[in-house]
Amino acid sequence: MNKITGHYSQSYDSELNEAVDRLLTMGALVEQQLRDAIKAFIKGDRELAQQVIQTDRKVNTYEISIEEHCLEIIARRQPAARDLRLIMGVLKSINDVERVGDQAEHIAKQLLEEDCQRPTDAQLEDIEMMGDKVLHMLQQSLKAFKEMDAALALAVLKQDKLVDNDYGRILRHNLTYMLEDTRQITRGLHLIWVARALERIGDHAQNICEFSIFIAKGKNVSHLTEEEVEAVVDKGKK
Amino acid sequence: MTRDHQDRIQQVQSITETGHSMNQQTELKMKARDVKVYYGNDQAIKGIDMDVVKNEVLAFIGPSGCGKSTFLRCLNRMNDTIDICRVTGTIELDGQNMYDPSLDVVQLRAQVGMVFQKPNPFPKSIYDNIAYGPKLHGLASKKSDLDDIVESSLQKAGLWNEVKDRLDQPGTGLSGGQQQRLCIARTIAVSPEVILMDEPCSALDPIATSIIEELIDELKANFTIVMVTHNMQQAARVSDRTAFFHLGELVEVGATNEVFTNPKHKRTEDYITGRYG
Repeated sequence: MNKITGHYSQSYDSELNEAVDRLLTMGALVEQQLRDAIKAFIKGDRELAQQVIQTDRKVNTYEISIEEHCLEIIARRQPAARDLRLIMGVLKSINDVERVGDQAEHIAKQLLEEDCQRPTDAQLEDIEMMGDKVLHMLQQSLKAFKEMDAALALAVLKQDKLVDNDYGRILRHNLTYMLEDTRQITRGLHLIWVARALERIGDHAQNICEFSIFIAKGKNVSHLTEEEVEAVVDKGKK
Repeated sequence: MTRDHQDRIQQVQSITETGHSMNQQTELKMKARDVKVYYGNDQAIKGIDMDVVKNEVLAFIGPSGCGKSTFLRCLNRMNDTIDICRVTGTIELDGQNMYDPSLDVVQLRAQVGMVFQKPNPFPKSIYDNIAYGPKLHGLASKKSDLDDIVESSLQKAGLWNEVKDRLDQPGTGLSGGQQQRLCIARTIAVSPEVILMDEPCSALDPIATSIIEELIDELKANFTIVMVTHNMQQAARVSDRTAFFHLGELVEVGATNEVFTNPKHKRTEDYITGRYG
């Protein structure tokens, strides 16, 4: 029995499980979209970038269908307690997952709009490293949601600082290049936009983790300090 | 403010898990301590401590046979009418022991009125249904005073406009929802402080239910209301605090929004989410 099941009504169990399953499927789709976007940008693969953009429509369709499913559960079942928090968590998370898709699309567009010299290997390596961290955060945030694992969610929250540091570093490097050589401005801006998109994706993964903690612990941890979130996560189980 | 009054305020503020904001000054209306109820050899209530705060709506929820109605009936000594029923522990109303043998039970039940599951108007006119209590308790010396009580009670129960032209007709001729509001008006007529409601809407359709729920919301300005309901959404809609009973125990009592979004106990969570615990 997972944390969702156990209702007298088995169909209620299935409906709640389906809401989570659909969110995870949408998450997996977006994860692939992001992986492809990063790969396309690094390799300069314009065809793959086009595919990333096209995937976005599919992501949007998922968002609408999950929203409708959750609305139906609320109308028909009037969920309470953890079930209510779960539905709210799914509804809020799909918004973040969808925004991750938008950011992946944004990364792909940076390549398609590129009409200058390609970034250097070192610059691409920076993006690749940052991209790996963000992808890992996204994967783990969805895993934490699936397992309603507050401790894992907290571990992911802590990773966001590293991603923010990467963004700061890439921003500083490129600003330096741009100041030194104005011909580098277009290229620098593309790189900054990509890093900015990755940084935003880290924030969305962070939101998903906060919803997982909310579901598991019943406490809204948005806007709390790291120590306060730790205290919530450490609080004994019922 | 009397000393006694201050004490009661102090008592409420010292209670930790009432679910009330500690900043909000609340006054204790009823206080139950270690209440146990036995039907013959069977124990139906296993030592309940509970406070009822003035002008709140407190809802009791729990599965059938959990003791919520039994406990509600302790709050105006309605269990006295059952021969094999024995109540121990203390219940105070405004600091006075309700189970004091010298207490006038009829007077107590005027202070703590009750509305039942099935509307039960007297087989008398609408007017007489309301006037009966005030007459019995000598609350009106003149006919005009009685008329005023009847009108204001029906007004408060939201029934006046519907029945003002047929006060002489039998109360039993009204619809189910109107009959229940008539019973509420009858309870209000003797100026109670607390109104107990035992599943007041279970025999009513959704529209009549909404009207009663709206009424409960209005009544809490003047009365303290304790209600038993099987309808959890109703508890969520109308109550300030919710108490969950299970197997004769009070598992949890807290602010309704907390109980329905993040209950403290697994048994409460299992019940309100429809899980087998």
